[in-house]
Amino acid sequence: MVDLAIAVGQTQTPEAVLFWVLAPLTVAAALAMLLVKKAVHSAILMASVMINLAIFYIAQDALFLGIVQIVVYTGAVMMLFLFILMLVGVDSSDSLTETIPGLRPIAITAAVGFGGLMVSLIGRATLGRSAIGLEAANSNGNVKGIAQLLFSTYVWPFEVVSALLITAALGAMVLAHHQSLQLRPTQRQLSTQRFRGASLANAAGLPAPGVFARHNAVDVPALLPDGTPAANSINATLQARGDMLTSGTFELGKVDTSKGEEK
Amino acid sequence: MDAANYLYLSVLLFTIGAVGVVVRRNAIVVFMCVELMLNAANLAFVTFSRINGDLNGQVVAFFTMVVAACEVVVGLAIIVTIYRSRRSASVDDASLLKR
Repeated sequence: MVDLAIAVGQTQTPEAVLFWVLAPLTVAAALAMLLVKKAVHSAILMASVMINLAIFYIAQDALFLGIVQIVVYTGAVMMLFLFILMLVGVDSSDSLTETIPGLRPIAITAAVGFGGLMVSLIGRATLGRSAIGLEAANSNGNVKGIAQLLFSTYVWPFEVVSALLITAALGAMVLAHHQSLQLRPTQRQLSTQRFRGASLANAAGLPAPGVFARHNAVDVPALLPDGTPAANSINATLQARGDMLTSGTFELGKVDTSKGEEK
Repeated sequence: MDAANYLYLSVLLFTIGAVGVVVRRNAIVVFMCVELMLNAANLAFVTFSRINGDLNGQVVAFFTMVVAACEVVVGLAIIVTIYRSRRSASVDDASLLKR
């Protein structure tokens, strides 16, 4: 009787406290992952869910899996996710409006149905005995026990999985490899094109931007001899962004001479 | 505490992940929800390994982690490729075959 009380006090109650503290946190983080708008916040919440799961693994005598969960999932996979998020754009928050009408109610109904079904299934199922626990299986240590299984019974799946990893790495390299569809023109080809082309208008090079006595910034179009602004003197990126000033205000003829000299 | 509580938690996480896959539109968030479902299955494996006193469940969970890592590598490469050509990571934009 005394032994039982000690066993209950030393193993079961701390685990129950751990579970009832961490399980609601895990579910809340998973739910918040669905509800937050920004993908980065989702990734952080997902990382917290994974750390909680690692704690659950360790609490269930799966020490090796708990460490692997933290190192591989939280360390590598989630950092890969964050890396891709940074690459794609941090503020790429997707709008939470639904595009397929009625999708959200259907999804939630189906989820409630599935979850209720599974929960009632687990609630009804009985093993006919209490849980055995891993004390006997882990008698040589958890890592040794897993290694014994992995390198004897599961040695063929282990090799296949290594081939799968190499294939995945190669596949990622192939997918990420960027091949331009046509070669970049060389300087010689560009020069030939300029002089052998249909028009010799730009043979001496494009006009330089902002050639004015009062303003010579790169965002002011140069004026042509007939007084019209030369749009091709401005960088195409600045034009696309709309960061162009009108050169009319800087023409010498329109200078407001009533003011004093600018410094 | 009953070990079946972990199974309930696993079912809840799996369901939340499934809803996320259907509802969210950012491809990266959808992918994270798939990861959540895989993790929930892993938790069930570990719990059953404890209930049965057998380490086979933990080995299967280990293999699931390796396959999930492969899946993440290839999936994220696909997302980056799609983003590079379409400038969008939304799963609704990649519907070229529909039109």
